[in-house]
Amino acid sequence: MQRNPQLNEKGELQHLLSIEGLPREILLQILDTAESFAGVTEREVKKVPLLRGKSVFNLFFEPSTRTRTTFEIAAKRLSADVINLNITVSSATKGESLLDTVANLSAMQADIFVVRHESSGAPFLIARHVKPHEHVINAGDGRHSHPTQGLLDLFTIRHYKKDFSGLTVAIVGDVLHSRVARSLIHGLTTLGAPEVRVIGPQTLLPAGVEALGVRVFHDMREGLADCDVVVMLRLQNERMRGALLPSAQEYFKHYGLTADKLALAKRDAIVMHPGPMNRGVEIDSTVADGPHSVILPQVTFGIAVRMAVMSIVAGN
Amino acid sequence: MVGLYTGGAWLAERLHPMLGLKTPLGLMDIAFYRDDYAARGLKHDPKRTKIPFDVNGSELLLVDDVLYSGRTVRAAMNELFDYGRPASISLVVLVDRGGRQLPICAQHVGARIEVPAGMRLALKRPDDGKLVLALESERAA
Repeated sequence: MQRNPQLNEKGELQHLLSIEGLPREILLQILDTAESFAGVTEREVKKVPLLRGKSVFNLFFEPSTRTRTTFEIAAKRLSADVINLNITVSSATKGESLLDTVANLSAMQADIFVVRHESSGAPFLIARHVKPHEHVINAGDGRHSHPTQGLLDLFTIRHYKKDFSGLTVAIVGDVLHSRVARSLIHGLTTLGAPEVRVIGPQTLLPAGVEALGVRVFHDMREGLADCDVVVMLRLQNERMRGALLPSAQEYFKHYGLTADKLALAKRDAIVMHPGPMNRGVEIDSTVADGPHSVILPQVTFGIAVRMAVMSIVAGN
Repeated sequence: MVGLYTGGAWLAERLHPMLGLKTPLGLMDIAFYRDDYAARGLKHDPKRTKIPFDVNGSELLLVDDVLYSGRTVRAAMNELFDYGRPASISLVVLVDRGGRQLPICAQHVGARIEVPAGMRLALKRPDDGKLVLALESERAA
């Protein structure tokens, strides 16, 4: 049997490429470690010396502000040196191959590569070619996976709901194009959430999504009934042009989260969104800014979760 | 008072009410300040450090179960200084087993016990809640 490319020969996390295939113990190790780092981020001195002398290269082949910034903050709070490379405007346009770019950065003594790429699988390719002391963290690859976002969603859910047993979680919207949804579904099923629902129009749900262990709903009101957690996904505007949807107004009518639809979920339900959100398209402002929303705490927790991932892989 | 996870925290939880201290108890896990991260990585799940008082200007009692190399205390002092500048820190340990590798000494010591290198001395808390000092071979641990 081939070894999981994320784990070393001792079964420890060497790279974080996807939540799929990670054992429950490692997911819990990351969440527990992040809990300790959340304490660090509340102090006046928000820095620990753990990764002093290490270099973290943020390789972003696809633009992202939030994810790149939170990785940068996380690395700095671990005392690592951070180098941000926006490759879309650099080597790639000059024709250099992905592996050549990585080999060059490796020659500059990198310890951790944080990779965002529009092609699914690019971080896996890099992980297969780096040196043993180098580590790769997937910051989103194509439609495939966004493991640190999935982990911060899991962290947020556990923070507010204490544990996963007995939870009903609904993921609403463009599941088809969402790497966030895929990562979260794998994480929730691994950690034992009994009911994960996906809600969306047929055209935005992947064929055979039931095989991931989720219940499918096309009617949002039905799907939201008695949910503990509602995760809204961003509707990418380009989907409208692809004729998958009639219009943003039509989408909002059926799948936008409004206060009256949210009232069908449990009274203490939390509302999450990976950002950036389209107000008035997938979520109404009264909900996004309302008492059930934990969208901004998600961003804060994301820093602690990324600190945990970096400090775990760099030590293995 | 600040107890170091896990043995020192158990001791501190007992000492704190006995001494009638008014400032709440702090608990600290020094995992992020260890000096052997490069060799050992981040193996166990660290506990969350909680310092529920202002460290600046405070007279601190740092509590641990066993004092050996002194490296844990070094790490704990570094972490404490990221919370503020204490007026003083005194070290309280149940057992000083010798073998120091750093210039650190305890002000309050329960017992001094000679323990040969290669053996591990640590406080344990079985299910009955009683604290037990256990001596075991490092290989077994």
